[in-house]
Amino acid sequence: MIARTIERDVSAIVQEAVEKHGAKRDALIPILSDVNKALGYIPAEAFQEVQKQLNAEEEHTYVSKSQLFGLASFYDMLSTKPRGRHVVKFCENAPCHVVGGKSVWDTLSDRLDLKNGETTADKKWTLVTTSCLGLCSVGPVVLIDDDLYGNVTPDQIDEILARYE
Amino acid sequence: MAFYRSHVLVCVDPECLAKGAHEVVDALQDEFIAQGLNDEIQVLETSRIGGCGNGPELMVYPEGIHYVGMTPDDIPYLVEEHFLKGRIVDRFREIVKPVVDEELGPLRPKEVRVVLRNCGQIDPNNIEDYLATDGYQALGKVLFEMTPEGVIAEVLKSGLRGRGGAGFPAAKKWQITRDVQDAPKYMICNADEGDPGAFMNRRVLEGDPHSVIEGMIIGAYAVGASYGYIYCRAEYPIAVETLNIAIAQAREFGFLGKDILGTDFSFDLEVRVGAGAFVCGEETALIASIMGMRGEPHPRPPFPSVKGVWDKPSNNNNVETYSNVPQIILNGADWYAGMGTEKSKGTKTFAVGGNVVKPGLIEVPMGITLREIIFDVAGGIKDNKKFKAVQTGGPMGGCLTQEHLDLQLDYEALTKAGSMMGSGGLVVMDETSCMVDIARFFMDFTQAESCGKCTPCRVGTRRILELLQKICDGRGEDGDIERLEDLCFEVSRNSLCGLGQGAPVPVISTLKNFRDEYEAHIYEKRCPAKVCKPLISMEIQPSCTGCMVCARNCPVEAITGERRQVHHIDDTTCIRCGICVQVCNFNAIAVES
Repeated sequence: MIARTIERDVSAIVQEAVEKHGAKRDALIPILSDVNKALGYIPAEAFQEVQKQLNAEEEHTYVSKSQLFGLASFYDMLSTKPRGRHVVKFCENAPCHVVGGKSVWDTLSDRLDLKNGETTADKKWTLVTTSCLGLCSVGPVVLIDDDLYGNVTPDQIDEILARYE
Repeated sequence: MAFYRSHVLVCVDPECLAKGAHEVVDALQDEFIAQGLNDEIQVLETSRIGGCGNGPELMVYPEGIHYVGMTPDDIPYLVEEHFLKGRIVDRFREIVKPVVDEELGPLRPKEVRVVLRNCGQIDPNNIEDYLATDGYQALGKVLFEMTPEGVIAEVLKSGLRGRGGAGFPAAKKWQITRDVQDAPKYMICNADEGDPGAFMNRRVLEGDPHSVIEGMIIGAYAVGASYGYIYCRAEYPIAVETLNIAIAQAREFGFLGKDILGTDFSFDLEVRVGAGAFVCGEETALIASIMGMRGEPHPRPPFPSVKGVWDKPSNNNNVETYSNVPQIILNGADWYAGMGTEKSKGTKTFAVGGNVVKPGLIEVPMGITLREIIFDVAGGIKDNKKFKAVQTGGPMGGCLTQEHLDLQLDYEALTKAGSMMGSGGLVVMDETSCMVDIARFFMDFTQAESCGKCTPCRVGTRRILELLQKICDGRGEDGDIERLEDLCFEVSRNSLCGLGQGAPVPVISTLKNFRDEYEAHIYEKRCPAKVCKPLISMEIQPSCTGCMVCARNCPVEAITGERRQVHHIDDTTCIRCGICVQVCNFNAIAVES
């Protein structure tokens, strides 16, 4: 994702999202989600760009930077800090917890040498916990980017992580 | 157009994906190319062939052969045998490995499926499958044979109540929105199923999306709404995709859009996706989120039925509520009201988890007892342990005990017992669960999800958590129980929305039903269930054979002893991880409290 950041212009990404969802106040969450997806996080320039593009359209859709930052800080899936090329999400909720989630988390944290919310120095990995994914019958569940792994055991972690460049 | 002699359908729903369905697809494609079969055989990704519990699974047409439990390593053999030599590989077939769907298997004893009737039975991405099971017939009946008032009267008679947890009669809500003199009016479907362990709505959205859409259209006709939103959480990407496909197909068939089925009634809807905030399941927070704002709740009244999205009357029901509606219209209110108790009619879906033999998704008639659910439907407690408690209603529900097992399940009975129906999560706990630890676990969740708008919830939940942590750590002191009770009372009474009002319930209910456990932690510095690590210690019994397995496995090298001699654990080094207890073959290590 980092590689794409350099190649793709922030304003083009924002423009694409605004065109797709419309230059309206109620489209802000989908717009920010798209930007977050394309860049891995929402950089300060992107807030400026969203503001510029939305406010240019019609007068009554004025949004302030604080409103945008307010959204990004409220919703867990939006990040204002750069994230690694691969985001490892671990479900920490009760149903995964009771079927051995803790040892999977400890192994992940140990192998990546990261605590919750941290990113490796080489910007390859970010490790976070996630809200319940509703896949409780195949817990413990780990989500890496868009790839889902269920019934994960600690001894599978090395093999799973090795799949990512 | 290319003509293929054979099609291979590979199931790619979440369960199969989690088990590596994509790798199987890749392996199949590679192998067909390698064998020069790629022009003859097409590989298609589909959802739900029927054996996800034993996935990844695939179906070969035209033969209709179902293979399950496939791994990429199996593929070269399968391709050679089945596609080159034309021999069916029995050992990959489901008859060899019986299908066990961990989420939703075959009908269990005492189950009645109304909401889940189509799940796993039809292709959710094909509207014609839904039409073939009487889909959209209720809509036709409503539009051509019934008045909006008639629809509300029928749903009122059925006794359908909100399945999101609060249990407000659906028809009464519809009537309020209908009576407001304002336009336009909106329909909202709350598909922000955030309770940990609850996945009933996900299964309905992924397995039978049209039942929800049809229910919403019928509701829209009844209240006079012209537009609708389905607010679905972003954690359910497949549900969002399935819904979008279903909405497009419903439009194509004239069930959504202008002049539905040639009448002058128009209604359309869209899916709004959240971005990860538990509190957005609260209706006023959900509406704020639809409008592109932080999902913070607002005081009620005004209720959304009067003043909701864009300050217009908005009827808000949950996924399960809507998906009941077409069935009620088709089969009649009396049929629906024939199930359940005096005040709670119909069926309810539950996600049963925890220490039971057969966890998973179930749908049972209201009025069934907890005992029947746990012991008949879910197969009883795992490993012959003793039942201790069942937590109903999600993180804001309460823990019920042995004495509540014969409670007839309905909204009032659960509330009276100190818990609630909630959205339908049921976590069953055996004797090895510490109730103070469980209360701490749920409090940890709610304090993290508190949106921070109101002080009682933001600060109060944090303080309750700190007190519980202190007790679990063995630092509890005289007066802590009273402090907890006071705090719980204040947070419940003064919080703005259901999250804060409900957050103390797990604490209140465990304090009521398991007070002795709190007292043991505080006054005797002991954890009766032997869970809280600072309060337990490991001791090796004289029955130790000196096999040294425990010593080799101890991560902190706290165990010493000669071969064939009784070993010893150094209590100051021991981190109470419990690995030694698990690996000992002679049950010689006891956990003391």
